[in-house]
Amino acid sequence: MIYRMSAVLLSLTGLFVSAYLYLYKIGKIGSLACGTGGCETVQWSPWSRVAGIEVALIGVLGYAGLLAVSLASLQPGLVNRRWPAALLLVLAGVGVLFTVYLTYLELFVIHAICRWCVASGVIILGIFLAALLDRRRPSQIEKA
Amino acid sequence: MAATQAGMKRFYTLFAVLAVVGLGVLGYLLTRPATVSIPANVTVQPSDTSGFAGYVKGAATAPIEITEYADYQCPFCQTFATLQMPTIEERLIKTGRLRWRYRDFPLQQHPFARLAAHSAACADEQGKYWEQHDRIYQGQPEWAGARNAAPLFRRYAQAAGLDLSRYDACMESGKYAGRIQADLNSGVQLGVSSTPTLLVNGRLYRGRFDSDAITRLVDSLARQATR
Repeated sequence: MIYRMSAVLLSLTGLFVSAYLYLYKIGKIGSLACGTGGCETVQWSPWSRVAGIEVALIGVLGYAGLLAVSLASLQPGLVNRRWPAALLLVLAGVGVLFTVYLTYLELFVIHAICRWCVASGVIILGIFLAALLDRRRPSQIEKA
Repeated sequence: MAATQAGMKRFYTLFAVLAVVGLGVLGYLLTRPATVSIPANVTVQPSDTSGFAGYVKGAATAPIEITEYADYQCPFCQTFATLQMPTIEERLIKTGRLRWRYRDFPLQQHPFARLAAHSAACADEQGKYWEQHDRIYQGQPEWAGARNAAPLFRRYAQAAGLDLSRYDACMESGKYAGRIQADLNSGVQLGVSSTPTLLVNGRLYRGRFDSDAITRLVDSLARQATR
């Protein structure tokens, strides 16, 4: 249960981080709080969009999905089911792979690091680990 | 069971606190006023226009001069700047037949027009006026509907290779508000009431706004000048 709770809180945090970046990108808020200045370089690079969609928006949708799945997994009817953890693991795994790709772009193509992107990377990794540990725990249903 | 229920209650309390804090921060960021704004209707000081007579491109010896009064947020100015000006520049300005003078005429209904003009003026300090001018016009669809255009102008400044610390200081100072107002006042005195308005050799132009029409006009005036 603790792993799923952790996934919920991390997903909510990730949702706010990506919403912050997306609102900045569409000009709804002022400058980004980013000491290095690398955030703007990354956010306005040609790689800030994938197939015409803002990466930050993909983050918003991804974290919203993770939040929905992790919250659902805490409901009484699902709390002892294993498939929600599997679904969470798959979604977070895709998120981790996407983050690895984006980090590669930051380091070797754009040559700038966005701290908020790093924060998002840590969050998605945390969700992935929580889902992995949840998936590995003994099934309550099997015990019953 | 009771322990589990207590744990869930603590968890949902924590979840609610995190949600409220997060939404509160985003709400604050969305509603706070823009950090940079350029005041309108400032009193123009002599120092505002000292040594300044618009932004000029083209040879000083060019026989014809066109002065453009334009507003960065005006859609027609954007179309003119992005579709017609490249041809005018290639055909007439680079060939020494025409000198182009740009003056700001920010219309009241365009909230970012002065900010855009000020951004370009700050780029001028670093010798990148036309780069910033072009980027602002090209990006108009992107920033015109934004709540705060300042970060987008800053991004254009960065792409143009400006020293951002100098640019930021310039924008925060609002030092060119008087110059922009002076341009607007001069346009009003000349009878400018809409944008873009062109003055050809000092006279208001009433013709078509396309590169072919302007080329014909310049050719015609050049022929008259050589007679």
